[in-house]
Amino acid sequence: MDALALARVQFAANITFHILFPAITMGLAWLLVYFKTKQDRTGEAHWREAYRFWVKVFALSFALGVVSGITMSFQFGTNWPGFMETVGNVAGPLLGYEVLTAFFLEATFLGVMLFGRKRVSNRVHTLATWMVAIGTSMSAFWILSLNSWMQTPAGFEMRDGQAFVLSWTEVIFNPSMPYRVTHMMLATGLTAAFVVAGLSAFRQLRGDTTEANRVALRVAVWLAAFLAPIQIVAGDLHGLNTLEHQPAKVAAMEGLWEDTEGADLLLFAWPDEANRENSFEIAIPKGASLILTHDLNGLVQGLNSFEGEHPKVAPVFFGFRIMIGVGLLMLLVSWTGAWVMRKGRDAPTWLARVLVGMTFSGWVATVSGWYVSEIGRQPWLVQGVLKTVDALGPVAAGPIAASLTTYVLLYLGLLAAYISVVFYLASQATAGHIPRERERLDNPLQQRAGA
Amino acid sequence: MDFWLPVVFAGLMALAMLIYVVLDGYDLGVGVLLNGGDDKEKDMMIASIGPFWDANETWLVLGIGILLIAFPMAHGTILSSLYLEVAVMLVGLTLRGVAFDFRVKAREPHKPLWNAAFFGGSLLASLAQGFMLGHYITSFEDSFGAYAFSALISLSVVAGYALLGATWLIMKSEHELQKKAVRWAQGALWLTAVGIAAVSIATPLISTRVFDKWFAFPQFLLLSQIPAVSIALILACHFRLRKLANNIDHREWQPFAFAVSIFLLAFAGLAYSLFPYLIIDEITIWEAASATSSLQFILWGVLITLPAILGYTVFAYRVFWGKTRELSYD
Repeated sequence: MDALALARVQFAANITFHILFPAITMGLAWLLVYFKTKQDRTGEAHWREAYRFWVKVFALSFALGVVSGITMSFQFGTNWPGFMETVGNVAGPLLGYEVLTAFFLEATFLGVMLFGRKRVSNRVHTLATWMVAIGTSMSAFWILSLNSWMQTPAGFEMRDGQAFVLSWTEVIFNPSMPYRVTHMMLATGLTAAFVVAGLSAFRQLRGDTTEANRVALRVAVWLAAFLAPIQIVAGDLHGLNTLEHQPAKVAAMEGLWEDTEGADLLLFAWPDEANRENSFEIAIPKGASLILTHDLNGLVQGLNSFEGEHPKVAPVFFGFRIMIGVGLLMLLVSWTGAWVMRKGRDAPTWLARVLVGMTFSGWVATVSGWYVSEIGRQPWLVQGVLKTVDALGPVAAGPIAASLTTYVLLYLGLLAAYISVVFYLASQATAGHIPRERERLDNPLQQRAGA
Repeated sequence: MDFWLPVVFAGLMALAMLIYVVLDGYDLGVGVLLNGGDDKEKDMMIASIGPFWDANETWLVLGIGILLIAFPMAHGTILSSLYLEVAVMLVGLTLRGVAFDFRVKAREPHKPLWNAAFFGGSLLASLAQGFMLGHYITSFEDSFGAYAFSALISLSVVAGYALLGATWLIMKSEHELQKKAVRWAQGALWLTAVGIAAVSIATPLISTRVFDKWFAFPQFLLLSQIPAVSIALILACHFRLRKLANNIDHREWQPFAFAVSIFLLAFAGLAYSLFPYLIIDEITIWEAASATSSLQFILWGVLITLPAILGYTVFAYRVFWGKTRELSYD
């Protein structure tokens, strides 16, 4: 491989590894706020127990997110110096605001949230939990704003090969930003919901009958059932926004070669880029036109209109189908679960097993969705402004290959360790579980209510 | 504005880097010293930095972030010249960052492995940072001398961090561990002094501009105070440690304060040598700066958030003030 391909693979490897953890912590942080609020309001011990267990999983996930995030901040410069040199005036402040408003907030209050329960008042501990959750979401806001700007740049002008900002409002709230932020925030909610559901189901299968585990499982299944349909609507709107601004990406997602009125919706196909056609098509007639234009005979632009300016088709095409497939599976499982578990019923063994199998389903959907979005933007790094090849640095293929190999081995090792340790934590929690009864905490609110 | 904004951001970047070096310096230092403790002491050593390391490392992201935000033209050159050292440092920081959590959450038999990852990661990151500093000061020169110099700086940064870590532990620990920490600090102090001396002698020799800046009259009279005060501080730290080795008293925070002051002066000297260059004798802060409007936009954010960040950082340190107790989620 040449330096460009290696630099891309390296960046992709890092950002893929990185996003796994924020995808969990962003959603989980808000679940912890929920557990904590429930505990403060009701004084019931099982909310505290649920918090105690999940804050450990949070801490581990957060640590992995932090270290891989630090790596990202350096790789902007080591791999893509041309990015900052061309659009630094736009990207710099957005990244700066992420560090200033999000990173410090979450990192500082994390210590208090994890280890400060006995050192600060309950109120301050709750506040710390909120601050960590707000910090993680702020971080998502800024970085997704920047990513959206790279997809749908606005509010700037080019002078002497450099971007200069004309309107910060237009930069931050660029056309795809509201859709991408919504889509990603919902994705983190779903990812966290399935992690919580999966590990709680695992504990249940191990014989854990604690109220803490039951409520966590219930909350997670309901959350997933609530978010899954909203995500489908949000994803659809995001797709329409992409059609407006990046039609080449949509053509690759649909695997459509020619401009077509009444384009078919391909359920499966094998895109053959060399001959610019598909093999083995299974299609719903006129489906793509209906979804994209809300008209059976609407015109959808094909890849041949963008020859030389469109991404590699296969990864975008398959990534899109994997994301949709997992999303539909999440909808099915969460709705089935919510129905089976209605009126306080426990999850039956078969459901628990399915949920364990789906523990990291959010990762698959999120990562394949990001591949659609990021590979789909190629050959551009910033759509219409800067090509990826032009941002490449002077580092030779050798050092990139060496460091890439190290990173990949390290990441695979850490990923294996992470998965095995979260399940180990779950089985540990089960081994030391408390009897299933509702204890009262020494909670001032509860005592007042009791009096 | 076109003149002052880059200066302000250079100052902010220096401030972030200084805070990073001191804060992550002590926690990397504790990592480097980890193997000196027995199992229980290891837990204590890590507990003393557990609530802070994450925020400490964020200062690195801010420092490198300001380089990226304010000086995009130098950012790419510096980081691609330091490509391999950066990769090594990141691997080190990754290993130690995750080891914090894994060592207490993974199966008990795996704990020594994660302890080793914590030690190894801390050492690797410190070595890499020192090497980067050496490579940077020698303007990325590709010669045996430059690499030998970088290797020397690399070792002295490890020693400097160990000094910060050991003096931090003197403050935060008790009994046997505290006594050990005093001995560690005594050893690290002299290695640190050698490193600072090496940088101070080498930097003016590499660039005649730096040489003239230091040895021209009348500023030489003022500037010569920096090495003089540094030597005084090193000696003061030495005597304080010797006293503590015999008898622990209530001024056990002093060695840490001395160590931080030594770092501060070394940093000030280096900053004076470099200014106004980001890459010695090649790129100045004005040549590398972003557009004025972008710098103004981010300056507002800095002015509003930095006091808040400093405020809640102080708050977090106060929450975990005093001697370290075992870390617990309860």
